[in-house]
Amino acid sequence: MSTTPTYEAVIGLEVHAELLTATKIFCGCAARFGSEPNTDVCPVCAGFPGTLPVLNGKVVEFAIMTGLALHCDIAPRCKFDRKNYFYPDLPKGYQISQYDQPIATKGFLEVRVADATTRVGVHRVHMEEDAGKLVHVGAAGLAGAEYSLVDLNRAGVPLLEIVSEPDIRSSEEARAYMAELRLLLLTLGVNDGRMEEGSLRCDANVSVRPAGRAELGTRTEVKNLNSLRFLQKAIDFEIERQIRVLSEGGAVLQETRLWSEERQVTYAMRSKEEASDYRYFPEPDLSPLVIDSGWIADIRARMPELPAARRTRLVDLGLSSYEAGVLVDQGELAAAFDAAAKASAYPRAIATWLIKDVTRLLNEGKLRLAELPFQPEHLARLVDLVETRAITVAAARQVLAALVTEGKDPAALVAEMGLAAMADDAALREIIERILDAHQAQVAEFKAGKTKVVGFLTGQVMRQTQGRAQPQQVNALLEEALARR
Amino acid sequence: MDSSLDLVRHVARLARLELTPEEETTFGRQLGQIVEYVEQVQAVDTSGLEPTSHCMPLVNVVRADEPSPGLARQELLANAPRAEAGMFRVPKIL
Repeated sequence: MSTTPTYEAVIGLEVHAELLTATKIFCGCAARFGSEPNTDVCPVCAGFPGTLPVLNGKVVEFAIMTGLALHCDIAPRCKFDRKNYFYPDLPKGYQISQYDQPIATKGFLEVRVADATTRVGVHRVHMEEDAGKLVHVGAAGLAGAEYSLVDLNRAGVPLLEIVSEPDIRSSEEARAYMAELRLLLLTLGVNDGRMEEGSLRCDANVSVRPAGRAELGTRTEVKNLNSLRFLQKAIDFEIERQIRVLSEGGAVLQETRLWSEERQVTYAMRSKEEASDYRYFPEPDLSPLVIDSGWIADIRARMPELPAARRTRLVDLGLSSYEAGVLVDQGELAAAFDAAAKASAYPRAIATWLIKDVTRLLNEGKLRLAELPFQPEHLARLVDLVETRAITVAAARQVLAALVTEGKDPAALVAEMGLAAMADDAALREIIERILDAHQAQVAEFKAGKTKVVGFLTGQVMRQTQGRAQPQQVNALLEEALARR
Repeated sequence: MDSSLDLVRHVARLARLELTPEEETTFGRQLGQIVEYVEQVQAVDTSGLEPTSHCMPLVNVVRADEPSPGLARQELLANAPRAEAGMFRVPKIL
């Protein structure tokens, strides 16, 4: 057989999320980004002999919460283990992690790609400590560096490792999984979602196999994926590369590869060639954890509404699934929606204003909603004014522009700016007659059958009224007036 | 004895220790004795006992998520063979 088989990609993601605790996982040092090198370090996280780790209770709580949000089974009993290896960013010579008893297992995350929802299995979630940071001197990266500098501020920062099942079949699905997981962690308040700063990191295990074959192909692990865009591009590249290797009769090597944004390729990472032998054993300095149903129930009761539930609720309020998706994916818009919708009879209109005009104003000014004096209740009142036809949509846009920066009551702004709707037929007729007198040529065109000029004439009236007349009303009155001529 | 020699070499390599052939033999013999000694516990009947990872009857020892002061950087770096720009300087890795 010489026909080229079609290939199927099999992808699993391994995500490391730094937890938003005040302190590190096993000592009281601040866990934060951006301090001067080696200023958030103590004898415990520096690995000085004779020191003892003490577990940060908040880390356990965040881990259980994340496990619950991912529909996992929470282990009734688990422990920590030492993973032994030598690397300069690991001062103790071992990383405290969880090996055979992770805190959470067998969950899933629902992921939306286009209009379809698929379920990606979550194999396990475990707690561990982060390593320090290396600065390589004399080259752009590790390879070719003359020497390296070690900053231990990050050593001991709590991490959750979240490992998916190899259920993902495309780069779009991988991206959607990562985006949904990021949103979930942000919503829970356990991680800041900053992939570019490395507080949320993702490695992708990628393999391909002829479609229909059950057996998995040899996989590579791709690292250095510090944005959703890089993740998708690197997986696309890796799938194509592996298919090319196999189609040419070659074999994929099991190796770790890095994504180069500069060159738009993945390349094999140079490392010391040694079979890893981590010699895991139970961490004797930390007691095991026993997690009873009471503890779990207490944490479950304190969990916020999760993105999937929020989308469903917004759809139930009359929003389209697209609108619900846009609002929920940008958490602060969804929060503003909830606050505004509570005070209004027009939730769908509020959603539209948030998605279109508010988003446009934010993008234009490169602003974040939280930075503005804008109150969602103000938006609710503005929408009420529009929906009850007290002001026109055009006028509302002017009010909104003032509103987001001034944060005033919209009714007051309407009065101040003189934007109340001009609904009085007589007053509008008078303006229309004046406009028609001034545009005899267009009136003649209309009479000759060129009805398109109505649009032009409406525009003239709108300009004359500074957008305060309702377009439909103007249209109707204008047609009447034209018919009389 | 060969397998214990291999084991000594493997462990020495993982621990970044350079051993002379004499040391390998000596430590191989000594390690073998230690393993034999510890193997005595295998004789204990543990059927019906839950496996355990810890010997103390303690669980859920946690601390509050409250910061405490660490070391001054100068102090932290005091024992470093080499330091530069407030960081530990280490030889090239690759």
